[in-house]
Amino acid sequence: MDNKLYVSSSPHIRSNNTTRRIMLDVIIALLPTSVAACVIFGFRSAVLIAVCVATCVLLEYVARKIMKRESTIGDLSAVVTGLLLALNLPVDINPLIAMFGCLIAIVVVKQMFGGIGMNFVNPALAARIVLLVSFPSAMMHWVTAWGAPAAAQIDATTSATPLAAEAGTYSYIDLLIGRCGGSIGEVCAAALILGGVYLVIRRVISPIIPCVYLATAALMSLVFGLDPLYQLLSGGLLLGAIFMATDYTTSPVTNPGKVIYAIGCGFFTMLLRNFSNMPEGVSFSILLMNILVPLIERMTVPKTFGFVKKAKGEKK
Amino acid sequence: MMEKRSLFKEFTKGIVKENPVLCLVLGTCPTLAVTTSATNAIGMGVAATLVLVCSNAVISALRKVIPDKVRIPAYITIIAGFVTIVQMLVKAFAPAINDSLGIYLPLIVVNCIILGRAEMYAGKNPVLPSILDGLGMGVGFTAALLCMGIIRELLGSGSIFGFQLMPVQILIFILPPGGFFVFGILIMLANKLNTRAGRKVKTTPCDGCPMAASCSQKAEKCGEKEATENVD
Repeated sequence: MDNKLYVSSSPHIRSNNTTRRIMLDVIIALLPTSVAACVIFGFRSAVLIAVCVATCVLLEYVARKIMKRESTIGDLSAVVTGLLLALNLPVDINPLIAMFGCLIAIVVVKQMFGGIGMNFVNPALAARIVLLVSFPSAMMHWVTAWGAPAAAQIDATTSATPLAAEAGTYSYIDLLIGRCGGSIGEVCAAALILGGVYLVIRRVISPIIPCVYLATAALMSLVFGLDPLYQLLSGGLLLGAIFMATDYTTSPVTNPGKVIYAIGCGFFTMLLRNFSNMPEGVSFSILLMNILVPLIERMTVPKTFGFVKKAKGEKK
Repeated sequence: MMEKRSLFKEFTKGIVKENPVLCLVLGTCPTLAVTTSATNAIGMGVAATLVLVCSNAVISALRKVIPDKVRIPAYITIIAGFVTIVQMLVKAFAPAINDSLGIYLPLIVVNCIILGRAEMYAGKNPVLPSILDGLGMGVGFTAALLCMGIIRELLGSGSIFGFQLMPVQILIFILPPGGFFVFGILIMLANKLNTRAGRKVKTTPCDGCPMAASCSQKAEKCGEKEATENVD
């Protein structure tokens, strides 16, 4: 029988948002950063991005095939993971190390826990931390960017990230357009902000997490007597706040939950930047808050309509 | 005939079917802490096996003398005696292993495999099966530790037993997170082996539960207490 009536349970209003559409928006938002990376660090960053994206998509396909589940490479989430991972690496890293990172991100963190929507931490972030712990020298080897100030070029081949450099080495303009050392995606603050604005306008991310994250970090730098603007523009803070912390799977759903989560991210980032022996604290703080998300969500369950809270001590 | 077969079974069950580390998940602390190299893993495994066999034998021989109410302190005293002997032997004959095992050598006293076997097996069975049980469990423990040690040393330092094999070193494997990761993968493989061999993986694990002795709950209700607590 030709059934022309489509009967389904509520909700009946459908949006055109699909995973694929959202992921495509994230890729578009990351384009300025990727282009900036290619301009600043040259052709090698394009190769690095291509290697990471290709490896992630391939591994996602193979992992789903082995587990006899339907292929999910069509939703582009593996492309986003690969792109984010590549943007978190220094430009002269060995491609094999980058591929190992893809393996951690896609197979261990994402597919072993059930694929898209099931991962307990952001895959690209977890892969970056595994690489940072496993290959500390390769992961912290920063090449001088094109046109960096002379004071940062004494070494000729390597340069300190703005966080490790002496005060006054970089101006705000240097940080905005990426004339400094660092991972290929974190140096150009202007491109990251552009991508973030696009995501907010397209309503892919809510501005709560990035804004509260950055505000907390700025407040904390004031408390520690640092230059807040310099702290916000340097290191991986913008990349983390806009693209990593806002991952749907690993950030809270409710607005109060998002605020708590973002405050936690900002607090731990500045704490790690100032008191740990690591140069950067963004990835560790977001990872920590990722793990706390289930607790935050349990704490901030919205009140059901018409629900009256029971007085304390009252039995059921 | 029957007797002989079951004695052999007492020995073999500790190696795969009831492997103390991979199936009963006992002794996790030394497993994760000392398996950064294959040499350490063997040292720890042999030391623990020695203590396990001796303490199982003595506890089993004394099982009718030890009053039930003070059995745990009595067991620990016996185990501590053997650990002291083993520690002195290691210090005298293998000082390098003593240095690399550090605090984990004296900590064999509170290793829950040894206390667990004393409580679960040696306190209830005659001497000969107890010795074989201890030997089997010890071999299973050593084998699991050796597996982990080889994997972690190969990936983390690029060597096996100190011989350099690979130029690449993935440091995370000799750090705690890598230890947990390899441990999880090995548990998965052991489960797979057991299910493939047609053995049922225990779901009410009172036999392998370290709390079995002090737990008043019935096996079939195991785990229900938490569930009801969550509802309230």
